[in-house]
Amino acid sequence: MSDDLDILRHEVLSELAAVTDLKAWDAVRVATLGKSGRLTGLLKALGKMAPEERKLRGVALNRLRDELTQAVEERGRALEAAALEARLVAERVDVSLPPAPVQQGYIHPISRAIEEMTAIFGAMDFQVAEGPDIETDWHNFSALNTPAHHPARTDHDTFYLPPVPGLDVARVLRTQTSGVQIRTMLAQNPPIRIIAPGRTYRADHDATHSPMFHQCEGLVIGQDITLGHLKGCLIDFLRAFFGKPDMPVRFRSSYFPFTEPSLEVDIGWSRKTGEIGAGEDWLEVLGAGMVHARVLANCGLDPRTWQGFAFGMGVERLTMLKNGIPDLRSFYESDIRWLRHYGSDPLAPAMLHEGV
Amino acid sequence: MKFTLSWLYDHLETQATLAEICTTLNRIGLEVESVENRGAAIQPFLTARIVEAVQHPNADRLRVCRVDAGPGFENVQVVCGAPNARTGLSVIFAPPGTYVPGLDITIKKGEIRGEASGGMLCSLRELGLGAESDGIAELPEDTLPGQSYADFAGLDEVVIDIAITPNRGDALGVRGIARDLAAAGLGTLRPWLAEAVEGHFPSPVEWANTFPEACPWVLGRTIRGVKNGPSPEWLRNRLESIGLRPISALVDITNYFCFDLGRPLHVFDAGRITGGRLTVCRGSGETFRALDGRDYTVTAEECVIADQAGVQSLAGIMGGEASGADDATTDVFVECALFDPVRISLSARRLGLSSDSSYRFERGVDQALPVAALEAATRMIIDLCGGEASEVVSAGEPPRWERTASLRFDSLATLGGLAVPADESVHLLEKLGFEVRDRTAEKVDVAVPAWRNDVAQMPVLAQGDILPADLARAAAEGVAEIEAERDLVEEVLRLKGLDAVPPVSLPRLGAVPGAALEPRLARHALARRVLAARGLTETVGFSFVSSDAAARFGGAPESLRLLNPIASDLDQMRPTPLVSLAAAIRANSARGWADIGLFEIGPAFSEQTQQCIAAGMRAGHTPRSPGVAAEPVSLWAAKADALEILRQLGVNPEAVTTTADAPGWYHPGRSGVLRQGPKLVLARFGELHPSVLRAEGIDVPVVAFEVLLDALPEPKRRKKAPPALSAFQPVRRDFAFVVSDDVAGENVLRAVRGAERQLVTGVSLFDVYAGPHVPEGHRSIGVEVTLQPDERSLTDAELEAVSDKIVAAVVKATGAVLR
Repeated sequence: MSDDLDILRHEVLSELAAVTDLKAWDAVRVATLGKSGRLTGLLKALGKMAPEERKLRGVALNRLRDELTQAVEERGRALEAAALEARLVAERVDVSLPPAPVQQGYIHPISRAIEEMTAIFGAMDFQVAEGPDIETDWHNFSALNTPAHHPARTDHDTFYLPPVPGLDVARVLRTQTSGVQIRTMLAQNPPIRIIAPGRTYRADHDATHSPMFHQCEGLVIGQDITLGHLKGCLIDFLRAFFGKPDMPVRFRSSYFPFTEPSLEVDIGWSRKTGEIGAGEDWLEVLGAGMVHARVLANCGLDPRTWQGFAFGMGVERLTMLKNGIPDLRSFYESDIRWLRHYGSDPLAPAMLHEGV
Repeated sequence: MKFTLSWLYDHLETQATLAEICTTLNRIGLEVESVENRGAAIQPFLTARIVEAVQHPNADRLRVCRVDAGPGFENVQVVCGAPNARTGLSVIFAPPGTYVPGLDITIKKGEIRGEASGGMLCSLRELGLGAESDGIAELPEDTLPGQSYADFAGLDEVVIDIAITPNRGDALGVRGIARDLAAAGLGTLRPWLAEAVEGHFPSPVEWANTFPEACPWVLGRTIRGVKNGPSPEWLRNRLESIGLRPISALVDITNYFCFDLGRPLHVFDAGRITGGRLTVCRGSGETFRALDGRDYTVTAEECVIADQAGVQSLAGIMGGEASGADDATTDVFVECALFDPVRISLSARRLGLSSDSSYRFERGVDQALPVAALEAATRMIIDLCGGEASEVVSAGEPPRWERTASLRFDSLATLGGLAVPADESVHLLEKLGFEVRDRTAEKVDVAVPAWRNDVAQMPVLAQGDILPADLARAAAEGVAEIEAERDLVEEVLRLKGLDAVPPVSLPRLGAVPGAALEPRLARHALARRVLAARGLTETVGFSFVSSDAAARFGGAPESLRLLNPIASDLDQMRPTPLVSLAAAIRANSARGWADIGLFEIGPAFSEQTQQCIAAGMRAGHTPRSPGVAAEPVSLWAAKADALEILRQLGVNPEAVTTTADAPGWYHPGRSGVLRQGPKLVLARFGELHPSVLRAEGIDVPVVAFEVLLDALPEPKRRKKAPPALSAFQPVRRDFAFVVSDDVAGENVLRAVRGAERQLVTGVSLFDVYAGPHVPEGHRSIGVEVTLQPDERSLTDAELEAVSDKIVAAVVKATGAVLR
């Protein structure tokens, strides 16, 4: 290699080694390989040489061009990498800090429980029915075989509303959602399978009673529905609701004016540990029975053709048992701390295929 | 209904254990509320006698007693501090190891001031039995030492309390319970026969009856020459064990039969009856003092028993103070009557007076028992108080209570789900007192016993007045035909035990269940999830609130005010769930939790109707974070909440308009109403009115919304057209319009959208400005418009044309000027 090329090579290589940023690097690149660059100049000068000389010089120049081109590119990549590295260091943040807060909302445990009941009974072909909270005396009592003098009425401390013109029956806040059953039987032909969850009211206020609470009643009417179905249906529900496939369920005779035979349902639990579905003791959870012939007839159904069962359960009571909630009154106090503790996530609704 | 085991044994011969008895009671519908054994806690205490009591050598106030407490404790030295510990006294002794409930200690052998003490002599208070504490208990002189004190005092009694359902008047007597237990296989019902007591003279008190609807039959007789006073101990113990206060032998006897047979009786002091006649009649406004010492005013609806001097008894409910028997009574007149359950029930409720007697008449007493019960009571009065009985006097007729019922055996399976063999069914009914009248292979006809008022009664219907007459008639005939049979099915299943019925899962109606919620209710559930997902927490508030608060949120009409509220601040049906939410915000804020969002999906009441409203409130400030300052909650958040529910529930957001006429509980300048079309109100939102906040006692900013869920149109289930996914880039252009302040900004956006429906696919607001360079009373509204070409890129000329069209549309619609 001739001396001038050797000098050029050394100069360029040392300049490249000296540059520390891409701008200076680019200057070297342009000064060497650019249109007016030194190497480019030498290459252009080749044309004026004698063929013999040109051949030798050309080989040397081409070799030098390849070498310098590669050196320039390498240096460029190294500088780019260093620059990126520096930027990344500069951009570092403390990732241990929390992100900006997003307020989390919750679903009330009563809504959640009604959702679960709906999912389970829904899987047994029940439909949800609704009715007004302000009922007539007839829908709440008389149609349910509970006339005014009936001793059962004194058990229901009923809230009354003033009479209104044009309505000759007393208005009450429903003490049970049974009025929905009456409305359903009047409005639709059997077979019927409904549940009626909703608000109910009784004039009673202490540690274990609230003047407003929720019930979920159910009604099944068909031509061959027996007390065996009542038992099967409620056992199926209770075991699914509590997630205990072997939970003991006990049926005791009882009395309600609107069913015959009437019964109360207990589930097994342990008084000692409070565990549901295990232990020696029994816990009453709901009342039920075969729909009384008079109730069917009051709704225009001939009890010789149609029969079925009805049941009613306290939503709060079942929720308290399932979730170990100690105080009934806390359900209505809207204490944000309680709601966040017992509330459920809206993105995890009760779905049977995900498990209720 | 309380009773003791020994009382039960009077009527039931059984080997069953207490646990078996309780389990059976529960099974057959006589629910055990509690089982109490007062004796169990004091079983170790023994009767004893102080053989000798001497002064303690080292203590002035103590005595050293030598005590005989029977086998094993014949000669025990006990140091005792009671002033009445003296030689020869019969006492209660606690041997070492005894737990003393009244002191919460366990007795140990020890030494007191140098003298050995091997037990303790006790007061009743120390046994947890009474208030007496002035020294140790003194037992009768001849008490045999070494007996269990509990046994000695008759306290070794198990008291069972059961809940009696309203249909089972017959179980309001120990005998009725015994009969049920015997029928359920737990022993044999002992025979009960009342021996007649011969009358020796005509009764000086007679009956008259002018109110037979209330009292079909009344009996009575006089017993003269009685000596009233305390009852014998067995009777006092019985009554005390079930929580009744013994009064005097004559009164205690009536209470005894009330609980033994479920048969209320009343005793008058015959000497205090004026005119020799008691008349069952209607009241006529008299005021009368009953045995409870209170005065009652009786109307013509009340059945009373009166003599010449006036009302002497609220028939079947409570006797009168003036004519009641007391220790001075020498001649007694015993009343034994049948009263109409409905009239008794209504009177008791009207007078606010319930008694053991009215409780039984309301639920139905044994229709055939009066004669025998009167004989039995007479016998007991003569046994305990002496005297001589008159002949029986009566008024009215024994009612025709006899009824029959039929049971088709297969109905046990078709209704009850359990095929009980015919013989077994009949046997069970017979044990309950039903008598077989006729029997075939298919069915049995039985006579209903006089004490079962709940079986085979005449059906009383309350059929809906909208029913077609033929349906109603057929249904009524159906009841008449089968109700009695249902009663019998219930009896057989009850005794057999419902646990014997095999459970059967409900048959599926289809392979896959349909939706349990109708679309309207499904939307409520969705709205709930939407709001919770937006950071609001669900509450459940009472449907009734204070009428003051209700008035602030839209109204407190009289027709929605409870006649009997449980508290004065829970007297009004709420006009919107916001009332409950405001109270919740205040309560949480007072606890130091002000920056919260709450919602409720629940009923709102107006005079016309009840509707479901999704209401929410955001209170306080938004959270701070690095670079983001806390801001007071904004009405835009409330509007966004409302709009998001509408969108999720299928309302087309472009069809929603906002008007600035929200109701009075909102800030008039910072609230709005969301509508579809001019009439249909979908929602309201805004800041709460400052006066409402002040009245509610809330001192943080609050924004609120109410979505009227029932007003939303049902979403149409339309098949969606496939989307137009253009291959060309959209073009975005900004426009700023200066409009007058009285033009709704929404109209600008709507005009842009409507200007060129093909091309304009998006309009968004990016700026609102008022100030320098914008005329007074005006503001500048900046919108970004997205134009989406479909078939080819837009040329400059086309863009220009579209822009002109947009500007023209806005100018025309709003009077705006392009800025």
